[in-house]
Amino acid sequence: MAHALSPLPKKNFGYDEAEHLLLRAGFGGTPAQIVALSDLGLDDAVESLVHWETVDAQLNDDSAFRSDIMEPLATEDRRMRDRARQRGDETTLDKFRTMRQERQRQDRRQMREIQSWWLEQLIESPRPLQEKLTLFWHGHFATGYRSVEDSWHMMLQNHMLRENAGGNFKTDLVQRIIRDPAMIKYLNNNQNTRRAPNENLARELMELFTLGEGNGYTEDDIKEGARALTGFTFRDDDFAFNRRNYDENTKRIFGRTGQFDGDDFVELIFQRQSIAWFVPWKLHRFFVDDQQEMTQATRRVVEQMSRTFRRSNWEVRPMLRELLRSAWFYDSVNRQTMIKSPVQLIVQAIRTLDLPARNLTRLNQTCSVMGQELFMPPSVKGWEGGRKWINTSTLLLRENTLVYLMTGRDPTAKAWESNKGGWDARPLVAHLRDLPDRDECHDVVAYLARLTLGAVPTDARTIRWIEIAREHGPENNDTLIRLLSLMTASPEYQLC
Amino acid sequence: MTQTPWTRRQFLHRGGVFASMAATTPLFIQEASRAMSIPAGSLVSSLAGVPQDRVLVVVQLGGGNDGLNTVVPYGSKEYYNKRPRLAIAAPGRHANGALQIPGVDGIGLHPAFTGMRELVDEGVGCIVQGVGYPNPNRSHFSSMDIWHTANTNGRDIGWLGRYFDNTCSGTPEAGAGIAIGNAAPLAMQGSRSMPVSFESPELYRWLGEDLGDDVSSAWRGMPLQDHSDQKDNLAFLKRTTLDAQLSSDEVRKAASRSPLAAWPSGDLANQLKMVAAMIRAELPTRVFYVTLGGFDTHANQEGTHQRLLRQVGDSLLAFHKELKAQRNDGRVLTMVFSEFGRRVGENGSGGTDHGTAAPMYLMGPMVRPGVLGTHPDLRRLEDGDLKHTTDFREVYAGVLQNWMKADPVEILQGRWAPAQVLRT
Repeated sequence: MAHALSPLPKKNFGYDEAEHLLLRAGFGGTPAQIVALSDLGLDDAVESLVHWETVDAQLNDDSAFRSDIMEPLATEDRRMRDRARQRGDETTLDKFRTMRQERQRQDRRQMREIQSWWLEQLIESPRPLQEKLTLFWHGHFATGYRSVEDSWHMMLQNHMLRENAGGNFKTDLVQRIIRDPAMIKYLNNNQNTRRAPNENLARELMELFTLGEGNGYTEDDIKEGARALTGFTFRDDDFAFNRRNYDENTKRIFGRTGQFDGDDFVELIFQRQSIAWFVPWKLHRFFVDDQQEMTQATRRVVEQMSRTFRRSNWEVRPMLRELLRSAWFYDSVNRQTMIKSPVQLIVQAIRTLDLPARNLTRLNQTCSVMGQELFMPPSVKGWEGGRKWINTSTLLLRENTLVYLMTGRDPTAKAWESNKGGWDARPLVAHLRDLPDRDECHDVVAYLARLTLGAVPTDARTIRWIEIAREHGPENNDTLIRLLSLMTASPEYQLC
Repeated sequence: MTQTPWTRRQFLHRGGVFASMAATTPLFIQEASRAMSIPAGSLVSSLAGVPQDRVLVVVQLGGGNDGLNTVVPYGSKEYYNKRPRLAIAAPGRHANGALQIPGVDGIGLHPAFTGMRELVDEGVGCIVQGVGYPNPNRSHFSSMDIWHTANTNGRDIGWLGRYFDNTCSGTPEAGAGIAIGNAAPLAMQGSRSMPVSFESPELYRWLGEDLGDDVSSAWRGMPLQDHSDQKDNLAFLKRTTLDAQLSSDEVRKAASRSPLAAWPSGDLANQLKMVAAMIRAELPTRVFYVTLGGFDTHANQEGTHQRLLRQVGDSLLAFHKELKAQRNDGRVLTMVFSEFGRRVGENGSGGTDHGTAAPMYLMGPMVRPGVLGTHPDLRRLEDGDLKHTTDFREVYAGVLQNWMKADPVEILQGRWAPAQVLRT
C-alpha cells in the first residue's frame, strides 16, 4: 500500500496547486503572488511558507501598548486597602474601587487596540503560515480576555505563540503554556495550592491541549496531576514557582508514583500512547478537512502524521512539511471544501482582491458577530469551526462584510455612508485588455469568478453575470463591483 | 383528507425558516412536500398552554442596575443611613416618593418605574427580590458570564444554548433563538447552536441588493437546488443561503407591520416592538433576547437612573399591551435581569459602585403577580453588600420547568429548587 502522505509529483505543482497551498497554509494572495509561488516549485514553495524565518518580516509596531495598566497594587497601597477593609472605611475602599474600575476601562480599550493590531498583522504579514498557526494555537490553547482581564498578558501570550508557532510542541508550546500568566489566570492555577487544589489546568492540559477528551487518563489522574501543578503561578508579568503552595508529597499519575511537579506531569503525559494522535488530528481538520467525522482515508493520513510527529520528538514543522507536500493535500476531494473562519474570510478577501482594510475596529466587531472574536474564544474549547460558523444571520453578515470591504457600506449601519467607497476594482482586470480576439464581458466574468470562487459556475449564474457586464459595460468600476458582490454572495465563496 | 392550500408562509414554518436545521433535515423540498399534507391549523397553532408555542423573552439590563433604588426598601432605616443623597423617600412623604405597591408594606417602586407598577396592578408583573449567587463577582464581564452560563466559574456554553441543545434532536433549528443586537449573547450559544442575531430587521438582509435591481434579481434567482450528498459543505451552504433569503424576507415583512398598541420611543421599546412583531407573525422562535445598557451609574446616578427606569417600565408595559392586543400575551413570558445590583452605600460622586444581589422582574399573565421572595436584610451585609436570598438558578429552574417544560437539572447542570414564580 502506498504511503498515506506520499509527495505530489513535482510536475503536478502548478498555479492551482500553489493557490490551494497559499489559501490553506495562509490566507491566499493576488494572482501575481500565486504565480511567484508556483514558479518556486513544490519543495521550495512549501519551504518558503514553513520555514518562515527566511522571509524578512517585522511585527507591526506594538510599542504604544502599556504593560502597567493592570499591574498589581504597590505594597503600600495594598496595606492601606487592607486596613480600610478591616476598619470598614468605605470612603477609602470606594477610592480603590473607583481606581480599579478606571483601570479596567483603560484596559478594555487597550484590548480592542490589540485586537486591531493582530488583525492588521494577519492581513499584512509576509509570513502567512506563522500567523495562521498562531491563530491555530490561540484556538487550541484557548484563553479569553474576559476572565484574564489583563490585555498585556493576552498580548504576551500572543507573542509567545507566534514565536513558537512552528516549534516543538512539547518543549516550546506545552511547557511554556503552563507557565503563561494569561493561561494560569484563565484556568485558575494561581489558586491551585496544596491545601486547596484546583483541577482546572490539570484537566484541560490533558483533555484539550494534549491527549483529547477521555483519551488515556482518568479522573484520578486529573486530581493527582492538579497536585503536581501546585505552585505554578505568576508574579506581575512572569511565571513564578511558589514553593509554599507546592504539594511535595508523592503523587500517583498514570500508575506511576513520584514526587512529581508540573514539568514531570508534562513528561508523563508525553509518554502516553495516545499523545501522538490528538494534535495531528486537529491540525488536519484545520488545514485539510473541517468535517468532524473521520473517514478511512483521513485515518490513514492522521496516523502517518502521528508517526512523523512522534519520530521528530514532537516537532511541528516536519509533520506540516510532509502534509503540505503530499498528494493527499492537493487531492481534488480536498480543494475548495473547507468553510472559511470569519478571520479567514476577511483576511483572505483583503489579501486576494487587494481590498482596503478600512476600519479595523469595525472588522473586529464584524468578526465577533460572525462568531470569532480574537482573544475572546467562547470557551476553553476554542472555536469548533466548520459548519458551526454558519447560520442564516452569519451568512448574510459574511456577504455584507464583502460588500463593506468593496464599497464602504457599513454592515452594521442602516444607511449607506457616503464618501466611503472609492475602491477601484479595475486594476484586477486591466491585463485582460491586451488579449487578442476576446469577448471582454465573457473574459471579465470568467476571470473574476475564477478569482473569487475558484471556478466559473456551470449554471445559469454565469449567463446572468455576463448580461450584467454587457448592460453596464465591462470597463466600468460599478459593473465590476456588481459582479464581485454577486460572486462573493454565492455559496461557493464561503469555501476555501 | 382535505388538501390544504399551499402558502409560502406555511412552507416557511414547516421548512425551518432559519438555517442550520438544514444540516439535518433532508432536502428542503422534501420538507415542503411533507408540510403540504398537514392541516393548516397545526402548522401555526397559537393555543395557549401548548408548550411548543411558548415563548420566553429575556431582557438584559447591562451595567448593573441599582436594585435598591428600583425596588425601594423604604421601611429600612439603614437604607436612608447609607444613602443620604440618593435614597428615595417613602410613599406620600414627598412629591417624589416611592410608588406604593398595593398590599406590600415597607417596599415600594422608584417613582419613575410607573410601568412596572401598572403591570403589578394588572396582575401580570412580578418582582423577585434579592436574586444573586454565592461569592459574588463584581466584574461586569465575569458576573455577566456567570448569569449567562448559570455556572459560577462563568466558563461554559450558555444556559439557553444548553436548552436548545437538549430539547432539539439533531441540529437545533437556529431560528429557535433570536437575539436583537450586534452580538450573539453567550447565554444563547450552545455546543450545537448559535442564535440568529441582528440589530434590526433592515440589517438582516443582503445589502448588495441596494447596488441595483439587476443585482437583486440575480441574487434572488441564484440556482440553489442541490441534490448532492448531505455531508457536502457546499450543499449545506446552498440550503442555508436559500433559508437566509426566505427568512430575511419573512422577518422584515413581520417587522414592517404597524403595531397595535402605542409605543414609547427608545432603544428598548424599539427592540421589544420588533420582538412583538415577530411573535405576531408566528415565527417559530422560542427565545428572544434583548439588551439595554447604561446601568453602570458610578456618578450622578439620579437623573440617569430615573430615565432608564422610565424607559424600562414604559417599554415593558407597551410590550404587554401590544401582546394583549395580538392575543398573544398568554404565550409569552418576559424575564428581566441585570448582572448585579449596586453597593448599599452610595459613593462620593452621587453614584453607586458594583454590588451584588438585586431583583429580577417577570411579566405575563402566567406569573404570580406582586413581590416574591425576601428582601435582603440591610442590617446583615457581607463586605458592605447585600446577601442574596434567591439564587438566580432557582428562577431559571422555575422558568425552565414550569414554562419551557424542560428539565432544569440537565440544563443547569445541577439541582436547583425551581422558584415558584408562575401561577399554578
